[in-house]
Amino acid sequence: MSSDSEVINLTEIRRDTAFAESLTPVGHELKRCIQCGTCTASCPSAAFMDVTPRQMWRMANLGLADQVLHTKTMWLCTVCYECQVSCPRGIPLTEAIARLKQMAIQERIKGFKESTAFYRAFSDVMRRYGKMREMEFMVRYFMSTNLLSATGFAGMGLKMLQRGKVKPEMPQLGGEGRLDKLFDRVAELEGRR
Amino acid sequence: MKYLFYPGCSMETSALEYTTSMLGVLKTLGAEIEELENWTCCGASVGAVMSDLLGVVLPARNLALAEKAGDGRELIAGCSACYTNLRKATEAARDRASLAKINQALEVENLAFRGTVNTRHLLDVLANDFDMDTIKSHVKRPLTGLTVAPYYGCQTVRPYSPFDDHNHPTSMVRILEALGAKVHHHLHEATCCGTALLTTKPEAGFTIAGTILEASSPADCIATVCPMCHMNLDSYQDKVSKVLGKTISIPVVFLPQLMGLAFGLEESTLLFKRLMVSAKPMLERVGAAQG
Ligand code: SF4
Ligand code: SF4
Repeated sequence: MSSDSEVINLTEIRRDTAFAESLTPVGHELKRCIQCGTCTASCPSAAFMDVTPRQMWRMANLGLADQVLHTKTMWLCTVCYECQVSCPRGIPLTEAIARLKQMAIQERIKGFKESTAFYRAFSDVMRRYGKMREMEFMVRYFMSTNLLSATGFAGMGLKMLQRGKVKPEMPQLGGEGRLDKLFDRVAELEGRR
Repeated sequence: MKYLFYPGCSMETSALEYTTSMLGVLKTLGAEIEELENWTCCGASVGAVMSDLLGVVLPARNLALAEKAGDGRELIAGCSACYTNLRKATEAARDRASLAKINQALEVENLAFRGTVNTRHLLDVLANDFDMDTIKSHVKRPLTGLTVAPYYGCQTVRPYSPFDDHNHPTSMVRILEALGAKVHHHLHEATCCGTALLTTKPEAGFTIAGTILEASSPADCIATVCPMCHMNLDSYQDKVSKVLGKTISIPVVFLPQLMGLAFGLEESTLLFKRLMVSAKPMLERVGAAQG
């Protein structure tokens, strides 16, 4: 958390009052938040976040959708469920964060290239082969982010190859992917096509 | 005892030693286990981020296969992320509207899901389906003199934990003690390993993994029950050492590897040689080091 706080004038800013409702299954769960801070205290990533989980849930309840979607908070979430099982108000917080990631990816929020590239690359490989292929995933991921950062991982990659931890497999280009039909049907059911 | 087994992507590749040692241990204990045919990825941490429905349909596809093949057998998952996703889909199926939607999607795969199959974590099976006297009776090479730091990680016990405490799990303790090992308790047994952050935000990821490794370091090795935890703790120790400013070097093994070691199983089943941090010092301690 950075020490310089920013003053937001709530009467002047555009607020999305339905935002918090869109993050949980029933809709009103986040309104139960009492700002106790247990989520932040239990979060292993809080120290690396620009906005802590407690602060983010307050912002969500205030309807500050745009500000929330531009925080790093969700991308530093490891989906460990600490906050969700600890929240005294029983709010499904980890699942709300998955919704935030969905929105940020769909709205193509800029600035978190590594994270969005990670999800895209993984999803593409899964759709194509029905299973993860670590080599191809890593190649796709580093190609779409920063090839230089890949060099940091190259030594380890070689060691893993030697131990048979990653399998070198030829990518299959073209043709129908193993889970294309299922992915397409889900998109259709969700009205995304 | 008969089970179905969902390997998931990692147990087939990077964590193959987890699979082979698990199969060896269950066989020794007299359990029968059959791999689920035609399984596909559970969606990992990615399905639910692509869409709510995809997040439950990907695991539900496998559960539908398990119902078809299962004859009521329970489905074992050794990967904690797979375990969580599979249970999440079963949870979603309790709601009729959401089950209907899942099945509309599964139609294209000619599958139908009823929500009846029970998914168990491998740790749950090992700790609760066999009594500790049975486990003890198979010990040929007691792990006397070996101190083990248990590491459960996050999704093994959260959000679902029908078999252990969310924050202070203890399932591994009785197994390790039955093997003759000493348990080193620490404050980070069930905190998160950092998951994808080690790739996407290495500074944060290495610090998080480093905290766990440092807390475990008085032990001779760390015992894990998830391929992701294992990969994060085993593979990056040189990078973590740089971030912490001190050398960390501790073997990270899978719990069934330790069980198999105590049961006297062969290296060809246990595959300690695949670990990134050499297990040799720890194997020497129990007199099991080879060449
Ligand atoms: S733990 Fe729950 S109630 Fe407390 S601040 Fe976090 S979200 Fe709000
Ligand atoms: S689920 Fe995410 S936000 Fe919640 S405690 Fe874990 S890392 Fe933090």
